[in-house]
Amino acid sequence: MFDTSPHRWHPIAASSDLVSRHVFHGQLLGREFAVWRADDGFVNVWENRCLHRGVRLSIGINDGRELKCQYHGWRYANRTAGCTYIPAHPADAPARTITNRTFAAVERYGMVWSAEQPEGEVPAVAGMEEGGQLVLRPIPLNASADRVVEHLKSYAFAPSAALDAQPVEMAVEGGGAFSVALLARADGAATRAAFFVQPVDSGRSVIRGMLDALPDGADRVTVLRHHNQRLTELRERIEREAARLPAPEPMQPAIVPVSAELAEMPELTPSGRKAALRVQVARKWQAAEGIAALELRTVNGVLPTFQPGAHIDLHLPNGLVRQYSITNGPGETDRYVIGVKREAASGGGSACVHDTLRVGDVLAISEPRNNFPLRRDAVRTLFIAGGIGITPLLSMALALDHSALSYRLHYFAQAESQMAFADRLAELKGNLVPHLGLSPEATQEKLRETLSGYVPGMHVYLCGPGPMLEAARAIARDCGWPESAVHFEYFKNTHEIDDSSSFEVALARSCVTLQVPAGRTILDVMREAGIDMPSSCEQGACGTCLATVIEGEPDHQDVYLNDAEKRSNTKIMTCVSRAKSARLVLDL
Amino acid sequence: MKTADRAACADPILNEDWHVVADLASVPPGARFATKLLGVPLILDRAPDGTLAIHRRDDGATVVSRERYGFAWACLGEPRRDILDIPEALETDRHLVTGGSVGVAVSGLRTVENFLDMGHFPFVHTGWLGEEPHTEVEPYIVEITEADEVLATECRFFQPVASPNASGGIMVDYIYKVVRPYTVLLYKTNPLETDRKDVIVLFVQPVDEENCVAHPFLCYLRTGMEAATVRWFMQLIFGQDKPILENQYPKRLPLDPRAETPIRADASSVYYRRWLRDRNVTYGAIPARA
Repeated sequence: MFDTSPHRWHPIAASSDLVSRHVFHGQLLGREFAVWRADDGFVNVWENRCLHRGVRLSIGINDGRELKCQYHGWRYANRTAGCTYIPAHPADAPARTITNRTFAAVERYGMVWSAEQPEGEVPAVAGMEEGGQLVLRPIPLNASADRVVEHLKSYAFAPSAALDAQPVEMAVEGGGAFSVALLARADGAATRAAFFVQPVDSGRSVIRGMLDALPDGADRVTVLRHHNQRLTELRERIEREAARLPAPEPMQPAIVPVSAELAEMPELTPSGRKAALRVQVARKWQAAEGIAALELRTVNGVLPTFQPGAHIDLHLPNGLVRQYSITNGPGETDRYVIGVKREAASGGGSACVHDTLRVGDVLAISEPRNNFPLRRDAVRTLFIAGGIGITPLLSMALALDHSALSYRLHYFAQAESQMAFADRLAELKGNLVPHLGLSPEATQEKLRETLSGYVPGMHVYLCGPGPMLEAARAIARDCGWPESAVHFEYFKNTHEIDDSSSFEVALARSCVTLQVPAGRTILDVMREAGIDMPSSCEQGACGTCLATVIEGEPDHQDVYLNDAEKRSNTKIMTCVSRAKSARLVLDL
Repeated sequence: MKTADRAACADPILNEDWHVVADLASVPPGARFATKLLGVPLILDRAPDGTLAIHRRDDGATVVSRERYGFAWACLGEPRRDILDIPEALETDRHLVTGGSVGVAVSGLRTVENFLDMGHFPFVHTGWLGEEPHTEVEPYIVEITEADEVLATECRFFQPVASPNASGGIMVDYIYKVVRPYTVLLYKTNPLETDRKDVIVLFVQPVDEENCVAHPFLCYLRTGMEAATVRWFMQLIFGQDKPILENQYPKRLPLDPRAETPIRADASSVYYRRWLRDRNVTYGAIPARA
């Protein structure tokens, strides 16, 4: 028996086997591999079985970025081999730890090399220049690798430049347990050949050979044919000999068990953020520089009614839940269109939308919730959008535009190329006022100009980055806008949450009193007690988990309530806010 | 190491039970048919009058045999229970059809598990029993019955062509029942008589640990349905499963919970594997290490 060390590099495929969007079935020391090249060039060498039900991934679908199992459509990502999607449960993100076993992959000399636990570098071959060698057709044979290596030492061939020369002087120049280096000389010509014998299994091998120089054009085919013929003869000789002996037992590579937590069937969570709807990505396009647009269509039934300003929770394949405003105009009820900006400091949400989602994906989303409602009784409405803050305001502007109500949409963006949904904006005609490339100071000046001239009955709606909203709210106050006429929506709550207090929460209608310790939220504690409270962003920005305060003084930490609402102490966001008093009584 | 055709079956629950070994339609009177059951080579002889006799090919011993539901049955030992009773097979308004026996190079236990599985419909039976994007497997109920069966109820799935006479996609209600280690039933609401169910029984013959023959038996209500159509549909569907099953690795069904990764949609298979383990079924399985 030959050396079965898991540390030794072996070739397992020719680079040319990894055709675009193909999955190659490789095998080394009894272990099967699914070998595939992603569109970015990365070569994946994976255990050849889906972690779910053991189906070979070599019969799966290589879509260029992910490998999709044929049996249940599970998808595994390029490089990491982490499972990104389980179609049977579109609302659940696959556990982060569902990751297929990967093996080393190095391309060298036109071959893909791997090992179970490689040590050192892929062997360098004397006299072989990377890229300059001619890779011979692989010759699979039913014989053990050590037997094949022995026979290869007596392999005879002619130099590439003198294929018909007689006699040829052969010399063994080197080699090892799985390799032989040969030199053929005749008529002043010389060709070096290196052969690696891939131990597929105890009784099966592949001869992978290469020559030191790449002949031109027709000569290349002639040289390949020369070796093909001789190696085929060698194969027949070796196989005849091997067939006379008893076949060795096949090797039994150990399959690593999945982690204990994955072996248990996950339970349904009884409460939490709801994602009752199933939608399919019907279209994905670039709405502007750095902004991806998704058109979501229902998989079953009809989409619920949305109002301008409403948002949905999008449950992403990587387990994150993110809120996105619906940009639709009125009556566009057959789809939801959302816009997602790629955030440089992305926590993985926007990157997942940009890089992973594609047309055809099924996603779970919540019903639309509207915590940013639009009044339609204003004498005049101003919309002030900063960057991706355009999304809820676009829906609002389209609604007012359709009803021929008076409004202006001021859109602050870095450049025209960053203005999202240009086709929809064009419908607004002269009511759209772009402000491009302004500095923070110039923005403030423009805001002051825009917000001056308040008359009772006007309303303004703000959505954009935090600093811009803070500035706009302050300027509106200076310009005499009452708080009740200033409506805003933050993308996120950038305030640091202080959750060090502990207090008691009494739920008046439920007749329960709960203790909220430091480090836990009111929402958490209520859920644990079986009280199902809707929530969405869970960071004090979206307004979904709002509760009415009957008694006690809240410690407001959200960015949803305006200052007057906060001062009144009648409302609280249960996901981040706490109590200054020892006890809060909520109308729940 | 264990080679499939070498190991004798040591599970009394299988050795002392009846197994289908042939569709009688393919062994006409006067014909002889060779097959294997639990690794034991068998020879079936049908006399010109149709009488069935089964012998072992290794030692020539006679094996107890029966004919029922259009199949030849054999038991390698002393049968400790009768052939499965199927009440629907006595109803005169049903087609009773053997669906065409299909050899599959995988453990019969894997074949039973695949029969219990809805999640693969959109990917393996695309356009028939499922279709993307309708991929979700809704929660369903699994229990072990008093009669010691694995019963899955309230199974629902969207199917574009749920049955040979279906027109247009519908949500289909299924009940699955595993009654013996290698026998599984499916009850499907009849589209015309909605208070009655069509029944598909899959009798799986364990040829050896890594090979099986699936013998479907279909009890479909006759209304609006031809027997040949029932058979055609079963063969179409099973032909789609076969190449997937033959690419499962390892070929035997692992009973160690950490061998593979279950999800909620796999509740029936989780119960089935535990049920096999608790009843000491090892033939065709990779037993869980204690």
